[in-house]
Amino acid sequence: MDNEKCDGCNSENTEMNDILNKYKQDKSNLIQILNEVQEYYGYVPEKAMLEISEYLSITMAEIYGVVTFYSRFTLKPKGKHHIAVCLGTACFVKGSEKILDRAKERLGIDIGETTKDGKFSLEATRCVGACGLAPVFTVNNEVYGKATVKMLDEVIDKCMEENE
Amino acid sequence: MKTLEEINNIRETKRRELDLRVNTSADTREKHILVCHGTGCTSSKSPKILENFRKIIEEKNIENVRVIQTGCFGLCAKGPIVIIRPEDVFYAMVKPEDCEEIIEKHIQNGEIVERLLCKDIDNSVVKKLDELTFYKKQKRIALKNCGVIDPENIDEYIAFDGYKALQKVLFEMSPDDVINEVSNSGLRGRGGAGFPTGKKWSFTKMAEGDQKYVVCNADEGDPGAFMDRSILEGDPHCVVEAMMIAGYAIGANKGYIYVRAEYPIAVKRFQIAIDQARDYGILGDNIWGTEFSFDLEIRLGAGAFVCGEETALLESIEGRRGQPRLKPPFPANAGLFGKPTLINNVETYANITKIILNGAEWYSSIGTETSKGTKVFALGGNVNNIGLVEVPMGVTLREIVFDIGGGIPNGRKFKAAQTGGPSGGCITEENLDTPIDYESLKAIGSMMGSGGLIVMDDSKCMVNLAKFYLGFTYDESCGKCTPCRVGTKRLLEILERITEGKGEEGDIEKLEKLSRNIKNASVCGLGQTAPNPVESTIRFFRHEYEDHIKNKHCEAGECKALMKLFIDPEKCKGCGLCKRNCPVGCISGEPGKTHSIDTEKCIKCGTCITKCPFHAIANK
Repeated sequence: MDNEKCDGCNSENTEMNDILNKYKQDKSNLIQILNEVQEYYGYVPEKAMLEISEYLSITMAEIYGVVTFYSRFTLKPKGKHHIAVCLGTACFVKGSEKILDRAKERLGIDIGETTKDGKFSLEATRCVGACGLAPVFTVNNEVYGKATVKMLDEVIDKCMEENE
Repeated sequence: MKTLEEINNIRETKRRELDLRVNTSADTREKHILVCHGTGCTSSKSPKILENFRKIIEEKNIENVRVIQTGCFGLCAKGPIVIIRPEDVFYAMVKPEDCEEIIEKHIQNGEIVERLLCKDIDNSVVKKLDELTFYKKQKRIALKNCGVIDPENIDEYIAFDGYKALQKVLFEMSPDDVINEVSNSGLRGRGGAGFPTGKKWSFTKMAEGDQKYVVCNADEGDPGAFMDRSILEGDPHCVVEAMMIAGYAIGANKGYIYVRAEYPIAVKRFQIAIDQARDYGILGDNIWGTEFSFDLEIRLGAGAFVCGEETALLESIEGRRGQPRLKPPFPANAGLFGKPTLINNVETYANITKIILNGAEWYSSIGTETSKGTKVFALGGNVNNIGLVEVPMGVTLREIVFDIGGGIPNGRKFKAAQTGGPSGGCITEENLDTPIDYESLKAIGSMMGSGGLIVMDDSKCMVNLAKFYLGFTYDESCGKCTPCRVGTKRLLEILERITEGKGEEGDIEKLEKLSRNIKNASVCGLGQTAPNPVESTIRFFRHEYEDHIKNKHCEAGECKALMKLFIDPEKCKGCGLCKRNCPVGCISGEPGKTHSIDTEKCIKCGTCITKCPFHAIANK
């Protein structure tokens, strides 16, 4: 399935309703709802924004403004293996740039992009809070600490094997 | 629902039961195995360790042993950490497969598992937690319960004087008494700016309004700082209690805590704390039969550094883009939903209950003339003991870096330390003996900040560091005002040029002028402090900037474009490893003879440096 085109329309109605019904129809709940949508779908689909717009009586423009303001919200689905390299200061000082460069090189994508086959996406994050293990990177929220280029290579190799 | 009497009973019985957590000579046959469940240790499989312990204990049917998850012990570099009480034996870098040995040797036979003990900086083996140099110079007030109690168990919090300060406040003190106590303690905002907390409370109390709010700022954005996260993960109830006390003092019945969504463990534990407090009738209407009602709600951030700025944070709680408001009016008069609002940082709140219980006089006896109490720092970067430390104000940076932090690893030299994160400045060797307090740090061109403390060794390029911070603030600028939105971009562009070897005469002056303008003209704290890393690195390391610009040379060898690799003929043995591994084939040489690099073709990837077994390849 083409991840870029699919907006999860079939499952959406009931799931979206479940999320929305948890919250009062109060504009201040927008970010809470978006956080749940992002968590559930892995991104914020346009359809979800339309439903939120109706539910909270906010314009699409305003919702789009909020979605694009906060770095946690994305408009495109992430890859099956989402690699995030920490660029917090503690990790930066310990050389996380080298790990990020290697990830870019291996996957052939830049920060914020997803590979064409939808298998990998890459992100540079700011501090996952595991500074004692710096430098760190995460793959789908699993943390790899005291990371080296070699460790990254091995993890990517493993993910690739899984893909096949 | 629990009555006041029932809560007091829990406190008494539970406290006796948990005496072994803080008293090494506790009279008990029980043993408690404490497993750190802070984010650092959790990332290195501490939940698996906890599970293993419980499984083995059940299988072997061992009695009188409990396994407990706790908050951060602080020494994250040595994680995952396991501590056994009451004897206070401290095991470092424990792996899930070590559990069996710890149970068999330590718990069943009373022998210490020597190989898992931690080494101090002088290489001596340490058995007990407080024998470590890392802990000796610390004073734990805000972190008092972190690593002692199970953060997901309200009874354990109650056992260690939990909700006792709230009791005292509700039954023995007027709101003005509370504010006076906080004012007299000398406590100042721990978020970075250092505004006197008592003053803030009194302004919000005096403000007129039918509805007031208490807000906790837990949007810890400084990358590399994790003080607030550790408090929320290790002792969430102390923040709940302090926010209630603040609510009572200023006349608010509703509180919000704004936490980064990137802190899932902290969010989860804080929610558990709220639920438990509600369940016990501590949060709710007419608490313990008094007139006072209070409820608390979590609001999640969504990854915007600027939301740490108080008015941007309010915008975000209201569900909008986190763009700062113009001040005045200050939040004390017109804050959340336009109502008077008190905003304090997590660590500030974490001090409140202790001040109420022990008195302002006790608190103000700690620290320096103008900065009272303690400060929590997240020590990171090129330092041996990475972790969380809490020290009395007035301790010197040298003590933090070299005594508590154990100095610089790999035999390298200290170059600089950065406090205040992207808003702060660097501190050099000559200023290492400056006492840590708000005024002294400001005087040397840095700031207290929220507590991030990053140490850098001599392999770090300060121009590159300034570029890193500007890349961050440029990314995180909300875009509302031009000086910050465009100014940080221009600063970044100039720094990029310099690190790429395209620096021009006059660039330093341009950076200085632009920095001044951004600071003077930006709307909020983000823009007003964004140029600090540039100004402070120019102030202390001007020669590095000049070296980059005039000689196209980076002393530290971090700026790739300026690297000129060469092979030291005295060290090269002609093994050919570099030649074989060079991706562009720019290394030539006969086997057994000195090799050489064609610098025209070289792409400066550094592969040869890492491959050479004789360390013969270096940056000229």
